[in-house]
Amino acid sequence: MSAKENILARIRSANAMHAAAGDVSFTPSERLSAHPRGPMPTMQWDALERFKACSIAAASTVDELSTRADIPAAVARYLKQNNLPMSGVCWPEFGDLDWHGAGLEMQPRPAAGDDKVGVTGSFCALAETGTLVLLSGESQAATTSLLPETHIAVISTSRVVVSMEDVWELMREEIGELPRQVNFVSGPSRTADIEMTLVYGAHGPFRVHVLLLDE
Amino acid sequence: MEITSAQFKKVASQKLADKKVQAALAHAKGKFVVARAKAIEELDNFEDIRRAAADVRDHCLANLDQYLEQWERNATAAGTIVHWVESAEEMNRTVLDIATSNHVRKVIKSKSMLGEETGMNEYLERGGIDVRETDLGEYIIQQAKEHPSHIIAPATHKSKDDIATLFAERHQRPRLDDIEELTHEAREILRPHFLDADMGITGANFLVAETGSTMIVTNEGNGRMTTTMPRIHVAISSIEKCIPTLEDLSLLMRLLARSATGQSISNYLSVTTGPKRDGDSDGPDEFHVILVDIGRTRVLGSDLRPALRCIRCGACMNHCPVYQNIGGHAYGWVYPGPIGSVLTPAYVGLEKAIDLPNAATFCNQCGVACPVKIPLPDLMRKLREKQTERKLTPAGQRVGMRVWAWLASRPTLYAWATRIVARLGKLAGGKQGLVHRLPLAGAEWTRGRDLPAPRGKTFREIYAARNRS
Ligand code: SF4
Repeated sequence: MSAKENILARIRSANAMHAAAGDVSFTPSERLSAHPRGPMPTMQWDALERFKACSIAAASTVDELSTRADIPAAVARYLKQNNLPMSGVCWPEFGDLDWHGAGLEMQPRPAAGDDKVGVTGSFCALAETGTLVLLSGESQAATTSLLPETHIAVISTSRVVVSMEDVWELMREEIGELPRQVNFVSGPSRTADIEMTLVYGAHGPFRVHVLLLDE
Repeated sequence: MEITSAQFKKVASQKLADKKVQAALAHAKGKFVVARAKAIEELDNFEDIRRAAADVRDHCLANLDQYLEQWERNATAAGTIVHWVESAEEMNRTVLDIATSNHVRKVIKSKSMLGEETGMNEYLERGGIDVRETDLGEYIIQQAKEHPSHIIAPATHKSKDDIATLFAERHQRPRLDDIEELTHEAREILRPHFLDADMGITGANFLVAETGSTMIVTNEGNGRMTTTMPRIHVAISSIEKCIPTLEDLSLLMRLLARSATGQSISNYLSVTTGPKRDGDSDGPDEFHVILVDIGRTRVLGSDLRPALRCIRCGACMNHCPVYQNIGGHAYGWVYPGPIGSVLTPAYVGLEKAIDLPNAATFCNQCGVACPVKIPLPDLMRKLREKQTERKLTPAGQRVGMRVWAWLASRPTLYAWATRIVARLGKLAGGKQGLVHRLPLAGAEWTRGRDLPAPRGKTFREIYAARNRS
């Protein structure tokens, strides 16, 4: 017998000795197709306000813009304020923006190890925890939100959903299946592994700046 | 990993006397507890969520065969290569085979407690592979050639000064004195390895049957790097990590980070389904998942079964007064604290971890904190019963218990005997009212502490006197 058969056989005989436990209101196949939600905490806040507040609590910063054309100026403003390099990379969807006009050098390609700034979009955002939801794909390099010291993410207000459950629902509706990777990003990379002292910029970005587009 | 749980008492005494360890523990003490308490306040129906989470985990275990098969079907359809293994040796060999057949020289690794169980790093290194731990805590431990003392804060027993000295020596750089600088030096040292490693190894917090995905959480971003940068990604997961749906994942996510560090969510959650797809801009060419039994099916069939619900948050050790005073190393294997006192005997054998089920005050802080409601004190009690059944407890103790049981089932005799003990005990306690040394099996109990002496009258006598007046 193969290892798989052995393991499954042992599971079955172990389970035969125990009466059914746990949630028996669904059989496995029903549960898989109905994917019922568990009990949800009360969420009586305004999603947008909550997203902003939680982003800040997660140590991100937030700026609000009225049109897409404002992005380069907003990026330039943020980088200047924080004394950061005025060049980096962006997802190709932002390649058409007038970066030069704002004094920036932004290349529409995936980030390499030494790029300092990465500008990405976001599939949607999660109000409950102030989280960006990034998907892998052809023109959505994961490295752009990961390798640079500064990650700037653009997100439309219409794409802010309430809970993680809503994210999955949106994905089922719009894409059908999961991409290779879904990344939930809540603020800059951090660690507290030395004397429980919080330090930002462990392996990923030191800072995350969110540009909320009013759309 | 080598099992040293048999020396629990010896190591625990050493740790109690070790000033450095005590300072580190005192520094950490209570921090996680306070952070968790605050974080769960955000959920107005915490107890409902907790109950639902325990139910989901039980439901997974009760239907584990079906969920694993469903998970495998979906994973395979997404291009994941699935391996099933029964033993630690088999798991290590499978990982090494994948590495050697792909000419892998360097591996970057995101933290995995399962990897600690099987001693995977050492095995791969013996096979000529360069393995780099990337979680900061694990990196420190690897540099110091030690073992983790906590499942989510592996280097919590080391002070900043220890780490500064260690880094200066290993990195051959000037000694740093600042935690931020130390963290960023590690970042700098590890960055090139992320970029040129051939293979990434991660654990899995969960496997999602609905989609055939694996899921990991990290705060540092090393998990994202490990699953994205190298050309091969191997995830090792024990079988009980399988859950039904993405909704169930969401439910458990509300509990995991809150119970662990007091965050409302970990910084990065990565849900991975298969290798790089056609046209994708990044991701590994090959994605292997190794499903591992080592002892899980045995526990599934035993009365310790509820322990398999564990989501490895660490709350039980953070809340444990024993752990808070001796730290993780005394437990002698991978999992410290209350869950370690259950899993170590369950996985490596009760006779090799004889003291662990007794390393508890049964205050049930762990049971109250556990997000999936594992009755940890009950499980430890079951192990104690087994110890007695299998005559693993010291003979003196067993005889003592038998004498007590005989006496306790004879009320008149019992009243008479306790009256004598209460009076003699008062005499023995002297002016201070403390007994410094008990005879026979009690000798060990009084080695490190005094027993308040009886007051000369038994409870029943005092109670009867009070009712009369
Ligand atoms: S036993 Fe419970 S509290 Fe302890 S690590 Fe597991 S899930 Fe967390």
